[in-house]
Amino acid sequence: MAALLEVKGLKAFYGQTQSLYDVGFEIPDGGITTLLGANGAGKTTTLRAICNMVRTDGTIRFDGKDIAGQATEEIVRLRIAHVPEGRGTFTTLTVDENLRIAAYTRRDKAAAHADLERVFGYFPRLKERIQQQAGTLSGGEQQMLAIARALMLRPRLMLLDEPSFGLAPLIVQEIFRILKRINEDDKVSILLVEQNAALALDLATHAYVLETGRVVMSGPSSVVKNDENVRKSYLGY
Amino acid sequence: MEQFLQQIASGLANGAIYACVALALVMIYVSTDHINFAQGEMAMFSTYISWQLMTWGLSFWVAFILAVVFSFVLGVIIERAILRPLHNAPVLSIVVVFIGLLAICNSMAGAIWSYLIKEFPSPFPKSSFGIAGVIGPHQLGVVMVTLIVLGLLFIFFRYTPLGLAMRAAAQNPQMARLVGVRVDWMLALGWGLAAAVGAVAGIMVAHIVYLDPNMMGGILLYAFASALVGGIGNPGGAVVGGFIVGVLENMVAYAGNQIEKATGIYIIGNGEKLTVALIIVITVLTVKPAGLFGRVVVKRV
Amino acid sequence: MPAFPKKLLWVLLALAFLVPLLHPLFPDVVSDYRLFLVSTMIIAAIAVLGLNLLTGFNGQISLGHGAFYAVGAYTAAVLMDHLNMPYWATLPCAAVVCFIVGYLFGLPALRLEGHYLALATFALALAVPQILKYKWLEGVTGGVQGIVLNKPEVPFGLPLSEDQWLYYYCLIVMVVLYWAAANMLNSRSGRAMMAIRDQYMAADTMGIDTALYKTVTFGISAAYTGIAGALSASAIAFVSPDSFTIFLSIKFLIGLVVGGVGSLAGSVVGGIFYVLVDNSAQALSLFVKNDLGLQFDLSAYTVFGILLIVLMYLMPMGIVGGVYLLMRRLRGLRG
Repeated sequence: MAALLEVKGLKAFYGQTQSLYDVGFEIPDGGITTLLGANGAGKTTTLRAICNMVRTDGTIRFDGKDIAGQATEEIVRLRIAHVPEGRGTFTTLTVDENLRIAAYTRRDKAAAHADLERVFGYFPRLKERIQQQAGTLSGGEQQMLAIARALMLRPRLMLLDEPSFGLAPLIVQEIFRILKRINEDDKVSILLVEQNAALALDLATHAYVLETGRVVMSGPSSVVKNDENVRKSYLGY
Repeated sequence: MEQFLQQIASGLANGAIYACVALALVMIYVSTDHINFAQGEMAMFSTYISWQLMTWGLSFWVAFILAVVFSFVLGVIIERAILRPLHNAPVLSIVVVFIGLLAICNSMAGAIWSYLIKEFPSPFPKSSFGIAGVIGPHQLGVVMVTLIVLGLLFIFFRYTPLGLAMRAAAQNPQMARLVGVRVDWMLALGWGLAAAVGAVAGIMVAHIVYLDPNMMGGILLYAFASALVGGIGNPGGAVVGGFIVGVLENMVAYAGNQIEKATGIYIIGNGEKLTVALIIVITVLTVKPAGLFGRVVVKRV
Repeated sequence: MPAFPKKLLWVLLALAFLVPLLHPLFPDVVSDYRLFLVSTMIIAAIAVLGLNLLTGFNGQISLGHGAFYAVGAYTAAVLMDHLNMPYWATLPCAAVVCFIVGYLFGLPALRLEGHYLALATFALALAVPQILKYKWLEGVTGGVQGIVLNKPEVPFGLPLSEDQWLYYYCLIVMVVLYWAAANMLNSRSGRAMMAIRDQYMAADTMGIDTALYKTVTFGISAAYTGIAGALSASAIAFVSPDSFTIFLSIKFLIGLVVGGVGSLAGSVVGGIFYVLVDNSAQALSLFVKNDLGLQFDLSAYTVFGILLIVLMYLMPMGIVGGVYLLMRRLRGLRG
């Protein structure tokens, strides 16, 4: 499998503070890759760096083309969907508007309409609440909305930042089931950042472990899962 | 009674103007958190442009449309060229730049067209328009034109993809970028629209207050009051606030007049209009900063 | 912000006091008109100083200091006109009145920050001329006509012209006020003022009574600008509502920004600057008309407006701050 996203020597800075030192990884086309790490390891920053939302340095190649330094909105238009930490809900817009805004850049209006129906297939609950102000949705519903909105961009790659954060276990399971379907049925490659390492390793095919802004280990999930350090530090057994 | 109705009607006409300028202020405020102190002077400048076009022989409505388009372009240019580079500057710098714009617009209008007060035509037919004894033709026309403009804006923001993108960019710029919206251009577009709406207000009010470089000072103050009454983050509120404040302003003067008639004691009249606006501004800011319709978004996690 | 070099300050001061004495030697250079112009610059400097105490040192933005200037001017004028108070005695009265007015305005201002405070003060500045014309005040304020006054008389039979005396009078007032401001800023209170500007939350949690400091600073700032207003009433010997429009406040803002936000010496430079530009406006306009051939009445405000914007890009610290930075860099190069 060819790499869809290829990151080499990635550095990132917040003001004067450097938070990523030489991060490198590859995301295979069609796969699910996860980034593991403790708080402050640089997982979120890595996702933000891919979309140029922090000051970065290094090479980021998407589908063979260098995208480093391009404006966030232009990167998104290459069909990289970023589901940010905290879900990024447009709270004063309705659910419908939250979804339609993601189709704003698309020229294929008919296909976008079909996508909307498909997204409602994944998340029937959103259809029930279609005219509701998005800020009034529950946390789980907002997370679903965020993923649904990302799907409306018809992404090739989806970046997910802590989709399980603050949600009840049942809802987390539901969301992860849907992510798997999105990956398999819609051929969307996924880069998943997750605190819940066990869950992430079950879903992902590949895993990278970050520590203080550096990749310290990587490999197929099955291998990483059985590594002793990973077990002790992230899986807790 | 008839006088009372007249006062309400003329309050609504004034209110329509305030509503437009207040909406312009709110449009910029919601997307950038900036209060554009130059909004009134920009509108005044646009009004002079329309006047100039008319003296060159264009008809009122052609001049009107050209001036509004000119204002739109000017607004976009000002945002891109002057404000964009200062987006992360301290509040004081932003305020100073707005005051600079105010001074430039005002003095340039004076320099080009002089400070002499000019008559400004009304496009509305005198005979067949208006309701005798209640509302004059120009006042009725002003209300109608502003309502049409406000309605068009509503449709634009509510039902078009571009309008939706602009609302998204204003509400959550970071996330808007993440769905591919070119947020910087949305802000510039917002500025352009605000300038255009301001121009409509200026051209509509010029027949009433006459054309001069300082014509918008008081109106801007009332627009501030309107925006605050409606909740400065709420476009719909600003429009309603405009009408409320417009009627209130006339009611206060009317009441003052009645009191003077009845008791012979002068308390308040037309001469205190700005003071009334100042009191509204300070009261709302300190007592109810969210305004009457300040939208509180329910947030659940 | 750097302290102004002390020695230089003393030399400048001594020169300032000597200048009028040069009149017999260079009657055209040190003319009465020029001295009067310098007096208005000094008054402007005091007004800007007042604004700087509030905005520069305490971080509260005011676009309405013209209002306090007006209150000061009218206080002085009314006291002289109605109570025959001597001109010098009106200054403390104007200071007290403006302190109270400023303090009172500072109370609602406590709840406002940044843009909102700017908005409230802007509204105040817009409404001032109308308030001064209020019918019930007419008997006192003279309504639209304003009040005509006499120029300060030369005391003790000093061999000075009226304008020379006015110059000394303004100069002395400014020196006293500048000295007081410098001392205040160097004290505990001054540091508290600036702490509130820089780190509001920290200042609050450190036990500084932020509300008290902010309102009192508002009062002091208004008092300074009010004294400038009172001086101007004496100097111009006339007050009227329409000299206190929003554009007066804009001039103070120009002085603040040009001289330097948070610089005492800069306030003086700023005050001098705006009076200079204001007075050269006609020459400027003529230059544009005759030399550039444009049919244009260029006013000082075009210059002001452009300067306000350009300075925010190039020298957000103002001219004094900019020069200081430049000097430090040059020194750094040499060392």
